[in-house]
Amino acid sequence: MKHRASLLGGIAAIIATFVVFVIPFLFIILMAFKDRQQSALRDFSWPAGFHLWDNVVEVGQTRNWMMITAFINSSIITVASVTLLVVFAAMVGFVLARRRTRWNPLIEFLILAGLMVPPAVVPTIWVLQGLKLFGTIHGMILIEVAYNLPFSIILYRAFIATIPRDMDEAAVIDGARPLDVFFRVILPMLWPVTVTNIVVQSVGIFNDFTNPLYYLPGNANATVQLTLFNFQSQFSTAYNLLFTNILLITIPPLIVFLFFNRQIVAGMTAGAVKG
Amino acid sequence: MTAIAATTVEGKAPARKRRGSTYPGWFFLPAAIIYAVLFLAPTFASLYFSLTRWTLFDSVFIGLDNFAQFFREPFLIRGLVNTVLYAVITSGLKVVIGMALAIMLTSQIVARGYLRSVIFFPVLVSTVGVGITFTVLMHPTQGIINETLALFGIAGPGWLVDPRLALFSVALVDVWKGVGLATVIYIAGVVAIPKDYYEAARIDGATKWQNFLYVTLPLMRPATATVITLSFIGGLRTFDLIWAMTKGGPGFASDTVASVIYKQYQAGFYGLSTAGNVVLFVLIAILVVPLTMFLNRKQGHE
Repeated sequence: MKHRASLLGGIAAIIATFVVFVIPFLFIILMAFKDRQQSALRDFSWPAGFHLWDNVVEVGQTRNWMMITAFINSSIITVASVTLLVVFAAMVGFVLARRRTRWNPLIEFLILAGLMVPPAVVPTIWVLQGLKLFGTIHGMILIEVAYNLPFSIILYRAFIATIPRDMDEAAVIDGARPLDVFFRVILPMLWPVTVTNIVVQSVGIFNDFTNPLYYLPGNANATVQLTLFNFQSQFSTAYNLLFTNILLITIPPLIVFLFFNRQIVAGMTAGAVKG
Repeated sequence: MTAIAATTVEGKAPARKRRGSTYPGWFFLPAAIIYAVLFLAPTFASLYFSLTRWTLFDSVFIGLDNFAQFFREPFLIRGLVNTVLYAVITSGLKVVIGMALAIMLTSQIVARGYLRSVIFFPVLVSTVGVGITFTVLMHPTQGIINETLALFGIAGPGWLVDPRLALFSVALVDVWKGVGLATVIYIAGVVAIPKDYYEAARIDGATKWQNFLYVTLPLMRPATATVITLSFIGGLRTFDLIWAMTKGGPGFASDTVASVIYKQYQAGFYGLSTAGNVVLFVLIAILVVPLTMFLNRKQGHE
């Protein structure tokens, strides 16, 4: 009886999640396979022909290969800012967890403030202009690092607290200097949290729309999200292209997810919940 | 932050000099510089610039005029109310649904891997992509949602064109997109509960419902605190989904503080836009600080 009940429950869950979660994705995929006329109907029908490749090519060529440029820009921003985030946040988390000083409460307050306080947009543009970084990829990378540091630091700090200090001391006795201790002993042991960090931050930064909208204006440096948004107004009738675009820019986050899927829950257990 | 490094090293010397050098204060520096220049400095600058009429080159001090204007405009008040409503709805639903899904997905259920992946998948899709997709699905006459409802003889509402509904429709899509992350956090919370507690409860003859109420629920408090804090702050700041789906419309029906800030920025009212930032900042401080204090205090009782 019990088995039967759980089987029925499982089937109900599968049907419910299929309707709520899978159908919207099937819709995106089906639309990406259609030609312009059929996609204009915006219905849940089977594609009349295989037009995915034509759509991909057309999306790619639009506005002088802007989509390709955007893909490159977004990838550079994501990889660079996630790399900096991992190293800098782990450094802060390491020292913050290991050394108690009277400055710790202030640093912890600043981290919490960074999680809560919404960035002051126009003053940030003003600062970026002063530094000649407004509208540049470099500026965008530093902005993503600044905004996402607090969350990364919290994850790292909670996890480093679970690594015994004996590790550091053994390394010091073997003659390791601080940088050796950190990069060769501690950082490798942080891998579970680093994975969580890489997944969460890279998906978030690649999918970021608001910050590039403010800090990265102009077509030369457009990111994929901005390109998609502008695409929407330009091709308001070419639904096949619009949905091909959505499908294409979902691929990189999907790859990251498939790579690290199993380790996400482990990292969350280690970091977010205990923190 | 250099000051921090200097004083702490001095304070610890000389007995613990060796330990101090294993954890050098300059490890804070790269993060501190980026954070101070691009986050702290603009935040403090915003306190001044919100009191000015500002063109990015010149600023004229005008006192509290921006704030007065902010609270005089009825649609700005509407934006403020919408922001709170949106945050409460989205974080509330994410807690309830996320918790239910996590309990379901940690039990012996068929197709667990499939269910986990499917629920998490929307987290990976960009907010703009989700917004565009649901704008099409929610079209009042040609959208699939209403066409399906029509098959059952139900006249579907104008999800995004009805001013009374637009904000709620966007909030529902937000939950659809974000509930996967809440579920993962809750799964981590459920997995972390030691099995002994359930065994003890079983010996005491606890029912399934009692198990949930007296073991699972209290021990998931840290996870709940994380989910509520993250999704509530996210909800208060929400911009991208609103902008992708309704641009604050119809009229100003789904405007939030964040979309008002962007509209003022676009229109070149930089001082007013910055004042909006300060209002949002104060709103978050008033609502989130007591909330986190409450959540953490309860945690201390266990």
